[in-house]
Amino acid sequence: MIDERLAGILTDSFFKILLPGLTTTIPLTVVSFAFAMVIAVVLALVQFAGIRGLKELARFYIWVIRGTPLLVQLFVIFYGLPNLGVVLPPFPSAVIVFSINEGAYCAEVMRAALEAVPKGQLEAGYCVGMTYLQTIRRIILPQALRTAFPSLGNSLIAMVKDTSLAANITVTEMFMATQRIVARTYEPLALYLEVGLIYLMFSTVLTKIQSAGEKRLQFYGRNRR
Amino acid sequence: MLEIRQLRKSFDGAEILKGVDLRVEKGDVVAILGPSGAGKTTLLRCLNFLETADSGEMTFDGRTIDLRLAGKKEIAQIRRKTAFVFQNFNLFLNRTALENVTEGLVTARRMQKEQAERIGREALDKVGLSDRCDHFPDQLSGGQQQRVAIARAVAADPEIIYFDEPTSALDPELTGEVLSVMRRLAEEGRTMLVVTHEMGFARNVSTRTVFMEQGLVVEVGDTRQMFEDPKETRTQEFMRKISGGAEAF
Repeated sequence: MIDERLAGILTDSFFKILLPGLTTTIPLTVVSFAFAMVIAVVLALVQFAGIRGLKELARFYIWVIRGTPLLVQLFVIFYGLPNLGVVLPPFPSAVIVFSINEGAYCAEVMRAALEAVPKGQLEAGYCVGMTYLQTIRRIILPQALRTAFPSLGNSLIAMVKDTSLAANITVTEMFMATQRIVARTYEPLALYLEVGLIYLMFSTVLTKIQSAGEKRLQFYGRNRR
Repeated sequence: MLEIRQLRKSFDGAEILKGVDLRVEKGDVVAILGPSGAGKTTLLRCLNFLETADSGEMTFDGRTIDLRLAGKKEIAQIRRKTAFVFQNFNLFLNRTALENVTEGLVTARRMQKEQAERIGREALDKVGLSDRCDHFPDQLSGGQQQRVAIARAVAADPEIIYFDEPTSALDPELTGEVLSVMRRLAEEGRTMLVVTHEMGFARNVSTRTVFMEQGLVVEVGDTRQMFEDPKETRTQEFMRKISGGAEAF
């Protein structure tokens, strides 16, 4: 039952949770995802182009990252590296781990999208005099990004939620803020539901942005051979 | 202008081209005929280095190169002087009709954007698509797409245009519009090498006809002679079958 005390705690905590959401969860997600995209595109292109050595390196990277838990990766970087004298602050540690982790997953999405671009596109590029790199940059990659867009959108939404794991390495994001309020007020059910609701809000906004983006991109995506 | 000597190409041990010789003079419209599997498409693709020949020589634009050993630079140079029209169009799907035409001019030839667009609009106008400049390939019919592809080929003012069965992927009612564009190019004196199954086009538009079979050029001659009085028995049989309308499926 929501009594007056609980209602007071919930309204009071709403902004106390939302604020680190805006100042930490969102920046952590945006920055990490941006780096992840760079990693993903590079890893995917290296494989698509079949560059010997680098291709195997990319496969190895993806194998290791996808095969180990995100939480373990966070702990290795934040609690493990100090053993080697590398001490990183919580937020940068989280950015590094989320970028590396997400990069591996998105690389697979991008690779599949690159391979889905019809072979003839590259040949047409050659025939109008473009080089391999020019054709990749101006013709193949834009089409692949368009194909990958829905999956990448899903990854971004998943990542917003995954950032809650950063609480484990003392990043004061939404979940940690909630935990602190719970420790003070002893209202775990209501508060964890509340933070869940705020995550849901964030995801909803992103979903809306995603479908708006898809609509804008659908032009040359229809009836694709 | 273009001469090929002893072009050979195998795929997985199967020899597709067994020493093809071919000459194209400036202004020639050469039709390459032959049953499927004759190696016609492979021949065209080797000429533009979409496939690397196993051996053979090419003299193009006064320079002779080894088809197998051609370096990146030589290939790029030759490609800038040639154009290719594909069976399935291969328009850039993320580019509008106009951008499809200007892409190569701007990116590969470093042309100013304004100049490229002027040329692009002219080229699209010539194939009757000036009102489709801003359409994406998916918004165009097959015939329109192939006409954009021809505009793209012409825009760079190439020495020779290769056509690889340009109407084979089109519905019958759409082949006419593409063939008439090609006929106009021929009349303008464009040098064209056309792999085709369109006997009417070969007979009425091409100046010379090549008959290929099993990886070899069986016979080459003036189109009229090739259709009316072919020398080789195999050519005679092929022509008879085709004109009898009995082309087997």
